[in-house]
Amino acid sequence: MMKYKKPSRNFITYAGVILVFLLCELALSGAVPFFKMTRSLKGQLVPICVYIVMAVSLNLTVGISGELSLGHAGFMSVGAFSGILVSQYLLFAFPDANLEVLRLILALVAGGLFAGIAGVLIGIPVLRLRGDYLAIVTLAFGEIIRNLINCIYFSVDGRDLNFAFLNPNLPGKLLINGPMGATGIKKLATFEVGFLLVMFTLIVVLNLINSRSGRAIMAIRDNRIAAESVGINVTKYRMLAFVISAALAGMAGALYGLNFSQIQAVKFKFDTSILVLVFVVLGGIGNIRGSVIAATVLTVLPEMLRQFGDYRMLIYAIVLILVMLASNNPMIKSMLSSIIDVFKRNPDKEGKDA
Amino acid sequence: MSQKFKRQPVKMVPAPSYGILPERDVTSRPVLETRNLGIDFGGLRAVEDFNLVIGKTEIAGLIGPNGAGKTTVFNLLTKVYQPTMGTVLINGRDTAGMTTVQANKLGIARTFQNIRLFGNMSVEDNVRIGLHNQIGYSTASGILRLPSFWKGERDQHERALELLSIFDMQDLSNHQAGSLPYGAQRRLEIVRALATNPSLLLLDEPAAGMNPHETEELMENIAKIRDKFKIAILLIEHDMNLVMGICEGICVLNYGRIIAKGTAEEIQNNPVVIEAYLGKQKEG
Amino acid sequence: MIQFLSYLLNGISLGSVYAIIALGYSMVYGIAKMLNFAHGDVIMIGAYISFCAIQYWNLPPAIAIVLAILVCTVLGIVIERLAYKPLRQATSLSVLITAIGVSWLLQNIALLIWGANPKSYQSLVGFGSLTLFDGQLHITSETFITIAANIVIMIALTLFTGKTKMGKAMRAVSEDKGAAELMGINVNATISMTFAIGSGLAAIAGVLLCSAYPVLMPTTGSMPGIKAFTAAVFGGIGSIPGALIGGILLGLIEIMGKAYVSTELGDALVFAVLIIVLLVKPTGLLGKKIHEKV
Repeated sequence: MMKYKKPSRNFITYAGVILVFLLCELALSGAVPFFKMTRSLKGQLVPICVYIVMAVSLNLTVGISGELSLGHAGFMSVGAFSGILVSQYLLFAFPDANLEVLRLILALVAGGLFAGIAGVLIGIPVLRLRGDYLAIVTLAFGEIIRNLINCIYFSVDGRDLNFAFLNPNLPGKLLINGPMGATGIKKLATFEVGFLLVMFTLIVVLNLINSRSGRAIMAIRDNRIAAESVGINVTKYRMLAFVISAALAGMAGALYGLNFSQIQAVKFKFDTSILVLVFVVLGGIGNIRGSVIAATVLTVLPEMLRQFGDYRMLIYAIVLILVMLASNNPMIKSMLSSIIDVFKRNPDKEGKDA
Repeated sequence: MSQKFKRQPVKMVPAPSYGILPERDVTSRPVLETRNLGIDFGGLRAVEDFNLVIGKTEIAGLIGPNGAGKTTVFNLLTKVYQPTMGTVLINGRDTAGMTTVQANKLGIARTFQNIRLFGNMSVEDNVRIGLHNQIGYSTASGILRLPSFWKGERDQHERALELLSIFDMQDLSNHQAGSLPYGAQRRLEIVRALATNPSLLLLDEPAAGMNPHETEELMENIAKIRDKFKIAILLIEHDMNLVMGICEGICVLNYGRIIAKGTAEEIQNNPVVIEAYLGKQKEG
Repeated sequence: MIQFLSYLLNGISLGSVYAIIALGYSMVYGIAKMLNFAHGDVIMIGAYISFCAIQYWNLPPAIAIVLAILVCTVLGIVIERLAYKPLRQATSLSVLITAIGVSWLLQNIALLIWGANPKSYQSLVGFGSLTLFDGQLHITSETFITIAANIVIMIALTLFTGKTKMGKAMRAVSEDKGAAELMGINVNATISMTFAIGSGLAAIAGVLLCSAYPVLMPTTGSMPGIKAFTAAVFGGIGSIPGALIGGILLGLIEIMGKAYVSTELGDALVFAVLIIVLLVKPTGLLGKKIHEKV
């Protein structure tokens, strides 16, 4: 009989994230010779945090709740544009006040809130469906969100916030300009905030998984009919996972949006949803630590492959296919599990097989 | 949304766990009553005129040849299917339009013919999921790790072990449910159903795949569960030794209709039942 | 009114392209139960091959089309053999990710060979246009030929799956792989055949699509691919008439939405209608209802 592995070694995940953060800070400070960060890698720090949050939150939907979502970038874009809107409005409406920290916090909260609301609105129809049909509808919603954002105009005039649909003629300064997106954004995102958001996400998701609600969510994933038979409200818990996942993606989006001076809705196309899904699958479905590692490695990897020039995305694609083929090959699978068994017998090395 | 099922303390029976669970009334009205229950599947009448009353602490058997509609009856009682005819009363309350979840909260729990455990989770977690509505705390306190989370988790743990001890399974609590042997999986399903604190337990072929020794043990345990929890049990079973051995009342189903009801002895000597099983004559 | 007629024809024509692509999606889904995300990129490869045949090798249009079909058919079989066949037992999510990998691979190969700059595609089926109502209504030959091709393909495929031995084998495999194998059907060959037909159709769709909308880039296939997939789901995935109805309806909604509602919201409308259809009929317009046994 197989001994059940308690999924409670969360402290390794937290410790790992904190350790990597401290190492990055050390490298950024330049205090240690030969241990410095390249400029391109520095620019990747906030996106890495954003993608970790995206991957972990998507894993909540795909891995823990078992719903294949292909529209996660839609929630990210809702969060990005509402975060930018809040931050930029405060910037122009109260130009004298020095509110950087407050603006950032409010932007993240707004991003999470509006994406969460979008999650509820989309969840109501989506969660009536199952399997591939659910997947295609989330994809459709992602595209609809992108299309709608392309039609939205917001401007600030004094302290008035003006909104129009499909009509760019608004008084004052345009904050969100339809297909042109948001321009002239005052960058607020920092690596430190990114790190805090990652920790926040991990705490929310890991604590949720290891609680009564998390077990209910996983019970529904494993066997919906049995879960119903023991009195678990299927709609409520599927919705809970979906909305928390959406809200976290919204916060990641807000951070992402405030990391650039301008951004368009095209950034959050279907491809972005797919990219995050790839992180989740390669990190291991339902494996939160795996998502963190995969998101980090796969965001850095294209930078590392820069020397291959035009071939880098080709290599990326080939690596992806080979990894999928290898991880599903019965021979390699049994080899891997025997290696893991060896590690498991040695208590010092336990937990390193992430 | 979720009206908590409150039981009136009339005659107290000690609940198996001190303080965690409400104590139960075992007198008054029957736990289950069906009136002319039936269902059509697109023209095909799978079950019709199903009338059955089960008392508070009765062990009843539902038998019949393959395809007679026994599992369909279970699905009707637990609201997996909505009946097209008739009514189901659980503890005197009409369940029309209710969902499976609401039926469970009213006090009906079941096991499945094709085992439906949460195979990737531990044995204990399977029972904890059964305790979901019994020992609770909010999602927020789970995420924020508030004191109610720690208390709830501890209570769930203790109660889960207590329930597992019915079948001497407490030592298996950390094993993966899907890796248990077949018989143990069936027992775990019963424990999980019991965890929801039902007043009626439906067992769908509990002895299937068990050896004679295990079946014997199961019989004792079913009786033990009834005595300890003071609940009613309705079981579907093909093992006639088991059915005749422990069921106080037996109901025979054939072609979706009840063809006989009575005690074990009455059923064994009933010519209609013998005919249904052995097929002496052509059935209409 | 005449304007409307023109939109109607354009919608049916675009819808016919979607329908042809959707057929490939639908057949592959029916038989391999996988969402072949690389299908859209096979369209793009087909378009590039025919583009090269005309532009660089100076072949006649008919040969160019046949060449594109041949290349894509082989490509489809190769992709299935190398990438999907080893994953028959894997989870559907693994297969999906692999398909995404194949999609990225094809796009990047195209990027390396043909570059990122859009190529201006010269119509292979342009024979002038028909003018009606005193020059108020122009119907291009592309419109006619696309619709005609769609009709011919639909009839041919319906006959193929209904009458031929291979077609019946396909239906058997999509119904129950194990049982089909026990009946002596070569499952691997049948699946290969499905991919071959689907990819051949993708090549035709590529030629027709680029003849009507002559911008060719490595990402040309992805959006029509997704929309055609939507069309397949819309009509009921796995069904040939479903793909036809789904495709045509989608094309009509897109063109009409862009014309009468808003250019920006055309795509949003397409997806909104899909969502509404799935909520009313969760398995698509012509899809079969699935029951879960308890």
